[in-house]
Amino acid sequence: MIFELKDLEVNYGVIRALKGISLEVETGEIVTLIGANGAGKSTTLRTISGLIKPKSGQVIFDGADITHLSASKRVSAGISQAPEGRRIFAEMTTTENLEMGAFLRSDKAEIRKDMADVFERFPILGQRSKQQAGTLSGGEQQMLAIGRALMAKPRLMLLDEPSLGLAPIVVKEIFAIIREINQAGTTIFLVEQNARMALKIADRGYVLETGEITLSGTGEELAASDEVQRSYLGRT
Amino acid sequence: MEKFAQQIVNGLSQGSIYALIALGYTMVYGIVKLINFAHGDIYMIGAYVGFAVTTFTRFGHSRFGFIAALVIAMVACAVLGVCIERIAYKPLRNSSRIAVLITAIGVSLFLDYTLMYFVGAGTRSYPPGVLSDRSFTVGGVVIKYQQVIVVLVSIALMILLQFIVKKTKQGKAMRAVSFDKEAAQLMGINVDRTISFTFLLGSALAGAAGVMVGIYFNSIDPLMGMMPGLKAFVAAVFGGIGSIPGAMVGGLSIGVIETLVAGYGGSLYRDAAVFAILILVLIIKPTGLMGKSTGSKV
Ligand SMILES: Nc1ncnc2c1ncn2[C@@H]1O[C@H](COP(=O)(O)OP(=O)(O)O)[C@@H](O)[C@H]1O
Ligand SMILES: [Mg+2]
Repeated sequence: MIFELKDLEVNYGVIRALKGISLEVETGEIVTLIGANGAGKSTTLRTISGLIKPKSGQVIFDGADITHLSASKRVSAGISQAPEGRRIFAEMTTTENLEMGAFLRSDKAEIRKDMADVFERFPILGQRSKQQAGTLSGGEQQMLAIGRALMAKPRLMLLDEPSLGLAPIVVKEIFAIIREINQAGTTIFLVEQNARMALKIADRGYVLETGEITLSGTGEELAASDEVQRSYLGRT
Repeated sequence: MEKFAQQIVNGLSQGSIYALIALGYTMVYGIVKLINFAHGDIYMIGAYVGFAVTTFTRFGHSRFGFIAALVIAMVACAVLGVCIERIAYKPLRNSSRIAVLITAIGVSLFLDYTLMYFVGAGTRSYPPGVLSDRSFTVGGVVIKYQQVIVVLVSIALMILLQFIVKKTKQGKAMRAVSFDKEAAQLMGINVDRTISFTFLLGSALAGAAGVMVGIYFNSIDPLMGMMPGLKAFVAAVFGGIGSIPGAMVGGLSIGVIETLVAGYGGSLYRDAAVFAILILVLIIKPTGLMGKSTGSKV
């Protein structure tokens, strides 16, 4: 097992955003966390990356308790995130954004090679390498956010709603790439509101409702369950 | 026409000083959204460090007196700036802006009056000859050797700053943190260290400005930082607070405008003119010449 949350509780002031959630991710898997807007998905990822501190519970990575590590130590341990809303550095070029992803690395030659790999995986980013990232389209910015997260050479990649606001055809493209990245050896923890797409590529999934995990199972099991069909796949 | 050219020459050297100070305001604002009102006082400390180096050390009396004073004052101010941030501002990172602002004013007064306690309130002068006070004439315009040095050193420091911000890892981290702190953290950037680095750069530039003013105007006192500090702040707002090129252009513009107003009979109004600019900018274009129209989610 590469990664585990144990009884994680997170509050924003008096708001209880996570009410003690536990989940596991095995090495090499794609695991998805689905849930409606406001369920606590981003809070979960922000806690894993160390942007907010939990009230109680543990974040375990590679067998070590990283609950109290700084955000920067978690990146060097091998966890990177493409956050919700992409959060690319709009005033930097595409290339500079990718360099920022490799901020903690000093292996110059390897970084150059990894950047070439990103450009191969996302040819459109290669064409736009000198362009200000703020001028890229939504889909391109999402690709850049994923490419930037890849530049950290993560073993666990966290993705927060990569489909948000994108045309269905672009979403398809991005999910195909996520699968490729996984096949190349990176474990993926994918947060989505778009349950249909997420369950299609996930090995396993969890359903989060107002801060609690209510269901879990393989991608197919969840896609077939009445509960998920009713609430997240829009079938009556 | 000669008179006009003369005012421009004087204005540019004055403006370079404002630009150096304005850069610190703008960089610090860009990264922590704080108007560091103690910044003008760091500049004042820089002037005193330069004074001490040129007056009391063997180094200071050598041919390299100016360089020694400049470098030592820059280093001392950098250390001071980082300490101020760590001690006074960092504990307030999550407090209201007004709390931080009041703290900044407190730090400013603390620096002024602590120094005054040790050196007295009177003015001091740098020893003669740190920089030659000769001048030359070009087409009727008198240019002092010192003015040339002020402008050249300022330009060199600004080029160096641009290089650091655009090309080095720490500089890129600065831009990333200024733009989006959380996203920067997700890259593994240490936000606290980056903020310290920003104070370091800004304070070093203020220190350089202090030394050059000390030599050029040849009179320093513990309250000398107040007015130039305010004017450099106006320059930063004029150029667009948060924008580095804006601070450079803003500083030069304020220097030139102020000198022109003074030169054409308005010496009584030169300070008023600067603050009138502030008011006009705030009314007409609050984002300044080169500021971004707000909205970047920071
Ligand atoms: N910075 C914050 N301050 C206060 N409440 C927040 C903050 N961020 C999120 N919340 C609240 O926490 C809950 C979970 O939010 P979030 O994790 O963003 O959900 P999701 O990503 O599933 O849409 C919501 O009720 C939201 O309003
Ligand atoms: Mg979310």
